[in-house]
Amino acid sequence: MTTDLVLLAALMGLVTYPFRAIPLLAPGFERLPEQLRLYLRLVGPSVLAALAAVNTLVVRDAADRPAFHVGIEWLAVGLCVAVVAMRRSLLLGLVLAAGIVAGARALGIAALP
Amino acid sequence: MTDAAVSGQPRERVAQTATAASPRLMEVGESRRRLLRDSLGIMVSAAGFGLVYGLSAREAAFSPIDAGAMSVLVFAGAAQFAAVGYVAGGFSIAAIVALTAFLNARHLLYAAALAPYLTDRPRWVRAALAHLLTDEAFALAIAHFRRIGRGDVRGYLTGAFVSTFIPWNIATLVGVTIGGSIPEPSRFGLDVIFPAAMGGLAVGLVTGRRELVAAVTGAVIAVAVGLAWDPAAGIIAGGVLAPLVGMALRPSAAEHGREGQLAYGPEPEHDHHDGHTHAEGYFPQRPGHAHDDPAAPRRERDR
Repeated sequence: MTTDLVLLAALMGLVTYPFRAIPLLAPGFERLPEQLRLYLRLVGPSVLAALAAVNTLVVRDAADRPAFHVGIEWLAVGLCVAVVAMRRSLLLGLVLAAGIVAGARALGIAALP
Repeated sequence: MTDAAVSGQPRERVAQTATAASPRLMEVGESRRRLLRDSLGIMVSAAGFGLVYGLSAREAAFSPIDAGAMSVLVFAGAAQFAAVGYVAGGFSIAAIVALTAFLNARHLLYAAALAPYLTDRPRWVRAALAHLLTDEAFALAIAHFRRIGRGDVRGYLTGAFVSTFIPWNIATLVGVTIGGSIPEPSRFGLDVIFPAAMGGLAVGLVTGRRELVAAVTGAVIAVAVGLAWDPAAGIIAGGVLAPLVGMALRPSAAEHGREGQLAYGPEPEHDHHDGHTHAEGYFPQRPGHAHDDPAAPRRERDR
């Protein structure tokens, strides 16, 4: 069993850690200016919506270029968002989203990614 | 073990928070139960993706130690998937490390948004929590912290360690060792759980017009930049630029009283009894929820 890539993993972890740790360890975050507090408050919805949208609408094509994706995933993610907005139940939303996609793929309506 | 002991928060501070905090804030226990429910979907997603990562690593001739080390030491799905491709493609170590830094730069935003909630925790605790910070951990933690109006290490660990780190690492090992005999997770729709969870958790953070505009703008910018350049760059661009658009909006009268209070960070001491009212959530709420129910403060007072 090889361990050739453990060094690579350690280096990857080493360059990732500062992004995660510096704001948590830097002093002064308890006394941020009001405008910066407002900015950071809006980072949450912005970046989560960005993650949802990119992971639903952008795929890589055969040539590894980003491409716009249209598929059953739109409906699934949209349904989950609607369920959370109306019922405040993420779990129900996720179950419905996965169920729709699994059902559509089983019936041959939607393709596997 | 009490909540105070578990969360590392001094008993006095918990008592102070409980009496002085806004009545619109959810109790820690109730918020943790909601966090647990939300975590179940994330757990399935982490296990599914971890499995696929293990399978990909196996196909790229990673040993279980290689794949496992990456899941423990890097613990970042997108960067790990990319690394499998880079290794298979013969990229140099320097190039892979540089690309990993680029892919994971968004964690800076997550840590900055969570930092004000955790400033009163020991430095070594914050240093340890930092390693567990992922998309999923951030999404669950920020929603939980905002519901209760302060940081909660136990809640953070529920989302980051129990729901993400453990299933991700176990699934990695399963995928890389016996992956060939496991059916493709996307047949069960598991690949859609991650974007659906991120979208659902984003909705939970939308408490006003500014958040809504920031979320929609973030999605639009991310897709546009993602298509034009790179999906990872799109996520960073959406996360960095969209809050500026939200800030440019004037808050509504109802939102104004809440600014700087409920929606962001632990409440400053001087704000506790300032007479500000809290805005209703932007989306319809389930009746009987302490956080969601406008009548809850009145019932709490009457008790």
